Amino acid sequence: MLDLADLHVDQGRTHVLKGISLRVERGEVVALIGANGAGKTTTLMTVSGLLRPRAGSLRYTPPDGAAVDLKQVAAEDIVRLGIAHCPEGRQVLASLSVRENLLIGAYLRSDRPAIQRDLEWIHGLFPILAERAGLSAGNLSGGEQMMLAIGRALMARPQLLLLDEPSLGLAPQMVESIFDILGQLKADGVTLLLVEQNASMALDLADRAYLLETGEIALSGAAEQLAEDETVKRSYLGIA
Amino acid sequence: MPAARERGLDASYVAQQLINGLTLGSMYALIAIGFSMIYGIVRLINFAHGDIVMIGAFGTVALLAGGVPWPIIVLGVLALGALAGMTVETFAFRPMRGSPQVTGFIASLAVSIFIQNLGVLLLTSQPRNFSFPGVMLERIDLGFATTSLIDITIISATLGLMGLLTLLVQKTKLGMAMRATAENLQVARLMGIRINRTILAAFALGSAMAAVAGLMWGGKYGQIDPQMGFVPGLKAFVAAVIGGVGSIFGAMLGGYLLGMGEILFVGLLPQEYSSYRDAFVFGLLIVVLLVMPNGLLGKNQETRA
Repeated sequence: MLDLADLHVDQGRTHVLKGISLRVERGEVVALIGANGAGKTTTLMTVSGLLRPRAGSLRYTPPDGAAVDLKQVAAEDIVRLGIAHCPEGRQVLASLSVRENLLIGAYLRSDRPAIQRDLEWIHGLFPILAERAGLSAGNLSGGEQMMLAIGRALMARPQLLLLDEPSLGLAPQMVESIFDILGQLKADGVTLLLVEQNASMALDLADRAYLLETGEIALSGAAEQLAEDETVKRSYLGIA
Repeated sequence: MPAARERGLDASYVAQQLINGLTLGSMYALIAIGFSMIYGIVRLINFAHGDIVMIGAFGTVALLAGGVPWPIIVLGVLALGALAGMTVETFAFRPMRGSPQVTGFIASLAVSIFIQNLGVLLLTSQPRNFSFPGVMLERIDLGFATTSLIDITIISATLGLMGLLTLLVQKTKLGMAMRATAENLQVARLMGIRINRTILAAFALGSAMAAVAGLMWGGKYGQIDPQMGFVPGLKAFVAAVIGGVGSIFGAMLGGYLLGMGEILFVGLLPQEYSSYRDAFVFGLLIVVLLVMPNGLLGKNQETRA
């Protein structure tokens, strides 16, 4: 579904991604783990067109169509192709209401009854968002904002969801409930490319995983396999 | 109004000044709204915004000379302002998107000078009479004060336009997209919003308001010239900053505060002070910014970067 090959990306003057190759199949949950500054967020931003690669290939094949060269697609057209990006640091629209944040996720859709159904579906996943519907999103707690950001991305009915650090800055209990929801989405068959620093949660959820170290893929394989790896255990799972 | 002054500060004189303040404030507010919308969405201090006022005023004169009926003139002026704003955005500001804020600011000064000089070239710098139907200027006795049809029209049309704009910004999909774009450009793009279109819409709406303010300005003061937009533009900028630049409601509030303050300053203090009215306006700006650096309703800038 998503295929990155030998991708090089600069951010400003820094050469951040030094030829990474990565693939996500339909229905899979793929985790991209690694330390701060390894290039995880850069990878997602390149997929969604917010950053442009210097070299390499970046292809996306929608379930019902021909392969698309994402290097030619602008960020505002990504969602039309079926890719939703839930960006790092939540980035809910603080001055808009909770309800508007969800509706803007469906900005390109015009099927009103289906949008209404999806709104109810999101409210079912995150009941707190229904309670807070009229509040401005800036008034929500960090965890509630994370739920809103995920809900907003889901409102686009994406084929592929890019999720950047859903655990960032949240209390452990909140992280648990966010990952519970991600588990439900996985069971529903949502394809997910998940970037996380919290490697143990991510590897628990994922089918496959990649370990990114200073802009290069250091390790890849089935998630259980990475979880058993000695380096991963020592450096990322905190198991001596 | 020397007669009133000799009578002293009686209630009807004060009421009179309040009506004048509302009228001037309405026009400031209409111009300030565009300032704030444009700043809010592209972080551009657009000094060419005042010149749209002039374009609106001359557009009115041209349509009037062509014998066009008034309701059509108003629509025509709204459209002309929108068109002028979109032209300026497309040819002057869009190519500079992404460059430092000061570049856009200087470019807007250049656009302003360009429009003014083009006006002088095409229309000469000779002031022109702006003839409203006589009925608009006749005094109407309200009992506690007198007013004219033009004041009533300016105040009520402004309130109507502000109501419509608020509805559009708060209740429509375009308005939602504009607010999203103003807050976070990247997220707006990820949602599939064409940001160039929403920015163009903000320029169109803001400039349409400014052009109508030009129509009102001409009607109220009776004379227009190609440089007439500069002072109202600057004052509206002050109003927008006082209200909290980027906030539409703040711009309305700032416009009325400034118009009212300016009129009361001139009207209630001894005549010797009248020539200091501009000093008062900018003094007020300094005081507000000292106490509330983000203006009355502005948000903290750091969270919006």
